[in-house]
Amino acid sequence: MSTSDLGMPRQATWAEEAVREAEAESPHTRAEGLLAGSSIGREHKTREQQVLERIDRARARKPRVKEPRITLAHGAGGKATHNLIDAIFLEAFRNPELERMSDAAALTVGDTRLAFTTDSYVVSPLFFPGGDIGELAVNGTVNDLAVSGARPLVISAGFILEEGFPTDDLRRIVASMASAAAAAGVRIVTGDTKVVQRGKGDGCYINTAGIGVRERPVELDAANARPGDAILVSGPIGDHGITVMLARGELDIAADIVSDTAPLHEISAALLDAVPDTRLLRDATRGGVATILNEVAVVSRAAVVLDEAAVPVRPEVQGACELLGIDPLYVACEGRFVAVVPARDAEAALTALHRHPLGEGAAVVGRVVEDPPGLVLLKTTFGGTRIVDMLVGDPLPRIC
Amino acid sequence: MRFVDEFRDAEKARVLSARIAALCEPGRHYKFMEVCGGHTHTIYKHGLEDYLPETVSLVHGPGCPVCVIPMGRLDDAIAIAEQPDVIMTTFGDMMRVPGGRGSFYDANAAGADIRMVYSPLDSLKIARANPDKRVVFMAIGFETTAPSTAMTVLRAAAEKLDNFSIFCNHVTIIPAIKAILDSPDLRLDGFIGPGHVSTVIGCRPYEFIAREHGKPLVCAGFEPLDILQSVFMLMTQLAQRRCEVENQYARVVPWHGNPKALRVIGQTMALRPYFEWRGLGFIAQSALQVRDEYAAHDAERIFSVPGVRVADPKACQCGEVLKGVLKPWECKVFGTACTPETPIGTCMVSSEGACAAYYNFGRFTRDRVKEATRS
Repeated sequence: MSTSDLGMPRQATWAEEAVREAEAESPHTRAEGLLAGSSIGREHKTREQQVLERIDRARARKPRVKEPRITLAHGAGGKATHNLIDAIFLEAFRNPELERMSDAAALTVGDTRLAFTTDSYVVSPLFFPGGDIGELAVNGTVNDLAVSGARPLVISAGFILEEGFPTDDLRRIVASMASAAAAAGVRIVTGDTKVVQRGKGDGCYINTAGIGVRERPVELDAANARPGDAILVSGPIGDHGITVMLARGELDIAADIVSDTAPLHEISAALLDAVPDTRLLRDATRGGVATILNEVAVVSRAAVVLDEAAVPVRPEVQGACELLGIDPLYVACEGRFVAVVPARDAEAALTALHRHPLGEGAAVVGRVVEDPPGLVLLKTTFGGTRIVDMLVGDPLPRIC
Repeated sequence: MRFVDEFRDAEKARVLSARIAALCEPGRHYKFMEVCGGHTHTIYKHGLEDYLPETVSLVHGPGCPVCVIPMGRLDDAIAIAEQPDVIMTTFGDMMRVPGGRGSFYDANAAGADIRMVYSPLDSLKIARANPDKRVVFMAIGFETTAPSTAMTVLRAAAEKLDNFSIFCNHVTIIPAIKAILDSPDLRLDGFIGPGHVSTVIGCRPYEFIAREHGKPLVCAGFEPLDILQSVFMLMTQLAQRRCEVENQYARVVPWHGNPKALRVIGQTMALRPYFEWRGLGFIAQSALQVRDEYAAHDAERIFSVPGVRVADPKACQCGEVLKGVLKPWECKVFGTACTPETPIGTCMVSSEGACAAYYNFGRFTRDRVKEATRS
């Protein structure tokens, strides 16, 4: 260690600035700080309550992107992604359709109610057990339409290919897109191709956009969730994320699991037929089930209580998560959705899901309650309780 | 799942909980410190505090490897990563740790090549595959991870992988516990001893804590029932007026530790005269550096390391939190300026950090949570 260690320390200017900003925005901070140490017994509890309220105020602040550059965390589907979308994209593009921030925009053209969505795919590796980037790109867009209550009609396909990419690999990817489209009853009606220099891309990226028609009179929206509602998942969670993670071969773990990538148009239609009052459907992609339920809690100003023992997770996925220190609630699926339905319809919803091959593992995993608003609580298998927050950081990069 | 479910049995937890409650002396408050960040994580992940009487509280100690790295050390690591042809490798938890000028994530976005690995051996693979690059492994952790770093250095030396080095930040647990015991603010009744560290060093190094400081210590495993049983064992000692080192984690921790692991550490690393800890300041003989014999694999000798020192931000009370003097929420910037997405202190970065664990898992008062989850 050099002698400069003992010299005058530098300041972390960014941290001092963050503190000043927080104090300016939340003037109570300083006063509460001064009170520290003087509180005892019951006062402690009220002070804890004050701190919790202070946090809620801080969380309700307008999101900002402070980082001077984009980092991988901005693409992870958690808080950083939400901040980026809110502070940069929504701010610039603001309009009523976008503001709803749903999986697909709801549009009306003449008398026709449409749903319109887009998604890009950068999964690595391109081929993994149970699927490949092509199948993912079709199913992902089909699913965004399906969980919006729409019947998928047509999709587009844009390719960004890297110089040197094997043509045979492209043929494989395109063939699986064709069969996925046929299975989902959609046609790929337009497209685009770009080739970038070697080293400027990672083989093959795909963008798809899709249009569906909203024939049902349903309005699926997270804001519709009410205390008492039941929360279901359509099958075991986390298969896709863990499969891709293991397929990269960076971890010396082998497990007998395959991606759950699948088109959800049939099973979501079956659910909406059985339960027209369904409040919300969301496919549990990046950020997993936990992220969706956090959105439900925040938007509906209610709490979500999950029962860990009821959440279906395959033992292989659970085991990999234990080893990697990841919570399956945050791991992406590509063929599962979360449904919120009125309590009286929970049985009917479960029966409808169980009847479809993709819904054999469906389960009621929790319910909506009134208080504390905006929070997702988990009753652990062990018998305790904890909060399930939105994902921070990037445990599983580039899984879709 | 086998080897997991049996340690998370709610029925057994209820029995232990009742036995712990029965041991509480009326009017007495009990405060135990879990030294290890892994324990903090387990406690919050499973909602373990629901099983403890209100008069028994757990204080989160300094045993989170990421949380004790001072900002200046991270700035040094980034300075190495910014040198030509360097690939810096590190555990995922390190990526978001803020230094004086930003994190590894930020440095990566600015053009450095910093990669996440799950084992130091993965860094060796990267070194083999990139002979024209200089691959550095940011080694962090207590005695738990030091043996794998040591084995990696030995392997690199055996293979003559001259493009591989480690930036050694390994620390040792006993000086940190001593610093806590010597703190005038200390009001602890006992320690839940670190489990993984003890698999390497065994239980004997803790004996002075019982003998000289009069605090019982129980080495504990990482499943929720392990921790609950350890609390029960500590309460039993206090009730019986005993003060000893006990081993709850005997299925993994040998009383005398792992001599082979200790040998490889000793072979490749030596104690530093002093090392700076986040929030705790400089502690003598509390960290490890690469021995002269392996200088060819020591990043501190290969690269010019600026030796940056960055003052902990004035508002940041990580030190008090690490010592258990403050509860996370009592820190002035907790949840406002310092959150998991924009952490100021390292306790907020790692999921093992006391503040992040509290923020993510325990941010609401128990009463309201209980009311909400009542079936």
